[in-house]
Amino acid sequence: MSAIAIESVQTRRFWGLAAVGALVLGAGLLGAWVMEHHGHVITGMTNEIVWGTPHVFAIFLIVAASGVLNVASVGTVFGQAAYKPSARLSGLLCVALLTGGLMVLMLDLGRPERFVVAATHYNFTSMFAWNVFLYTGMFALVALYLWTLMERRMYRYSRPAGIAAFIWRIVLTTGTGSIFAFLVARQAYASAVLAPLFIAMSLAWGTAVFLLAEAGLNAWRGTRPAPEFQRRVAKLLGVFVAAVLYFVVVYHLTNLYFAKQVAFERFILLDGGIFPALFWLGYVLLGSAVPLLLVWRPAATSRALLGAAALVVVGAFAQLYVFIIGGQAFPLEIFPGYEVTSAFRDGEIAGYAPSVWEVLLGVGGVAAAFLIVVVGVQVLDFLPDETPAGVRAS
Amino acid sequence: MSEVDKSRVAARRALVAGAAAAMAGVLLAPGIRLVEVARAAPGPNKPGEPVSSKVRWGLLIDANLCTEGCQECVLACNRENGLDGRTRPTDSQWIRKVELKDLRSGRKASAPVMCQHCAEPPCVDVCPTGASFKRADGIVLVDRHTCIGCRYCMMACPYKARSFIHETLTTQKPEVPRGKGCVESCTLCVHRIDRGERTTACAQACPTKAIIFGDLNDPESEISRRVAQVKTTQLRADLRLNTGVRYAGL
Amino acid sequence: MNRRLLAAACLAVAVLAGAAQAEGSRVPQPKFSVDTSTQCVAPPEEMRRTHMDLLKHRRDRTVHQGVRGGDESLTRCIACHASKTDGAAIGAPDAFCQSCHAYVGVKLDCFECHQGRPGAAAKMSARSP
Repeated sequence: MSAIAIESVQTRRFWGLAAVGALVLGAGLLGAWVMEHHGHVITGMTNEIVWGTPHVFAIFLIVAASGVLNVASVGTVFGQAAYKPSARLSGLLCVALLTGGLMVLMLDLGRPERFVVAATHYNFTSMFAWNVFLYTGMFALVALYLWTLMERRMYRYSRPAGIAAFIWRIVLTTGTGSIFAFLVARQAYASAVLAPLFIAMSLAWGTAVFLLAEAGLNAWRGTRPAPEFQRRVAKLLGVFVAAVLYFVVVYHLTNLYFAKQVAFERFILLDGGIFPALFWLGYVLLGSAVPLLLVWRPAATSRALLGAAALVVVGAFAQLYVFIIGGQAFPLEIFPGYEVTSAFRDGEIAGYAPSVWEVLLGVGGVAAAFLIVVVGVQVLDFLPDETPAGVRAS
Repeated sequence: MSEVDKSRVAARRALVAGAAAAMAGVLLAPGIRLVEVARAAPGPNKPGEPVSSKVRWGLLIDANLCTEGCQECVLACNRENGLDGRTRPTDSQWIRKVELKDLRSGRKASAPVMCQHCAEPPCVDVCPTGASFKRADGIVLVDRHTCIGCRYCMMACPYKARSFIHETLTTQKPEVPRGKGCVESCTLCVHRIDRGERTTACAQACPTKAIIFGDLNDPESEISRRVAQVKTTQLRADLRLNTGVRYAGL
Repeated sequence: MNRRLLAAACLAVAVLAGAAQAEGSRVPQPKFSVDTSTQCVAPPEEMRRTHMDLLKHRRDRTVHQGVRGGDESLTRCIACHASKTDGAAIGAPDAFCQSCHAYVGVKLDCFECHQGRPGAAAKMSARSP
């Protein structure tokens, strides 16, 4: 096939992909509009479960956004030459995922039209107020970093820009973990280990998303991926998945040591119904053990590696569902040592069922990220330079 | 020195001493007067005057006097603030009656729980726009002009005191504005307090006078005298939030 | 030649559209019925320009500092500005706030939380749980 023929196939596929992305994004925006118009009464969120499915999606996207930039950091900051060609794609994925996640968060607000108030009134004891600056700063730094990578004359500044972006995203992800770590009263949170846990999660999820995105883009463009590079990244994914498992084990073991935390741990790990199921089957088995096995086999095929990456993403959603929703479902302990009942469901495990509107909004955020990547790759030179399969090298 | 000089010096000394005494009087007297004024005078603020931190409003709830199954405080709060009283998971409850049973001894108790109006409120710390704030007189409120509905304060509150308004409302009371998409909680009947009334709806309605409202900073107030006499606790005292609501008998 | 014809056609359409707009406006001029026997805060011309800033500044003083009464009270504004037809500052087409805001196309946020109907307090009672 000639280069021109390949290009026209790519263009047709582009319009198809863009149409799918726009359609799903439109469905997501519809979900947001319905939620805003009728109020959150039509969602599954209540006065007990105040953050629901949209937040599961949003936090995944935001944490993965920070981690996906790590592929570029390994190249630019840590000097690994094999990673350098992928730096631009990594930066694009970072911006795309961050946009999708923030879109979901802002559209789920009780009063989304007041984002101007959020941008003009700041209470700096709040992590959310800091996040306004951390996230906008992330966009600016990644844009700057991409510019140094794509403009030949600016390339010598790519290392300082890369280091700045690297440090910024460590602070940003620490901040994301601190959103929960600073909640003094909830037994699921209020722990300093959440900050490094979120850093580890960002590295694992971001690397998994990178592998999947790279494979998908190669399939679209008809290029053959470099198998060695994919294996290296997959091995790195294994290290990060193990790191997340480490922090999760430390978190639960420490909790089990505190007599006042045992009831909560029993709920999450043993008899909380969907939460232990998602934790053990979704996160530990499918999201950690199986990917580790797949990735560390000596002769792992590309399909196995991509399967591992996909399972890590599945495990991430399971873990976030248990963390965010399970953490709220367990009742607050206002009267230690007493059995408590009230009309406001004190002492009761809270129930939650995601509504279709929340799921639409969350998936819409993924679609927004997808659309940005597809359009970006089509319009600008984000993909690593590779010889397309079947084209005679000129 | 001559006699004339000595007498002049003495006269000057007397003048300086007299002036100093007069100055001291002039400077101190307004201070004394202000301290008199500042000791909380009953009655509304003068129009146009802000509230002051000389006062700290609080509640004392005596669980020994609280009757199991009685809902008078809840009904009164709903009437006063325009809440419809429904108890679906998405409905607002500013105050609720909690029935307690000691896990070891089986002893039963009953008490109302509402916003504890902490001096170190976690909800104020986490609000990104500063909509959740503590007024100078200790009442913790939500400024619904600035609230964006992120619900972070609901995650942070140790007492599950806050509610989110999940649907459009039309039957608000004029003194208690509330609307969809914002977070709310017990206001300690701030609209009554600012009018000069010195009781909340729940305290007024309680048939056994289990709830006392008053100024915790005034040692002569009934609430301060009771708190000085009987043992009182704060809910989740381990969090050191220094709540404005105290409980006796728990 | 063709380009000039096209430009002339566009101009003609624009002029006609403008003329049509001016003749029969889609949005009716503000018409409201309130008690205009008193004026408390400022003359109407000044209020039209500055009421949004006054409201915004005073509400911060009221909410955060507890400054109440007199000119600070929104309930007092609504008590007079409620329309004579249905007794509310919002809702009916001739309601006070509604009619001007519909004319200038500025969305009213206030009455999502504030009660636009004075005297509503007396009529409401809570359903028992």
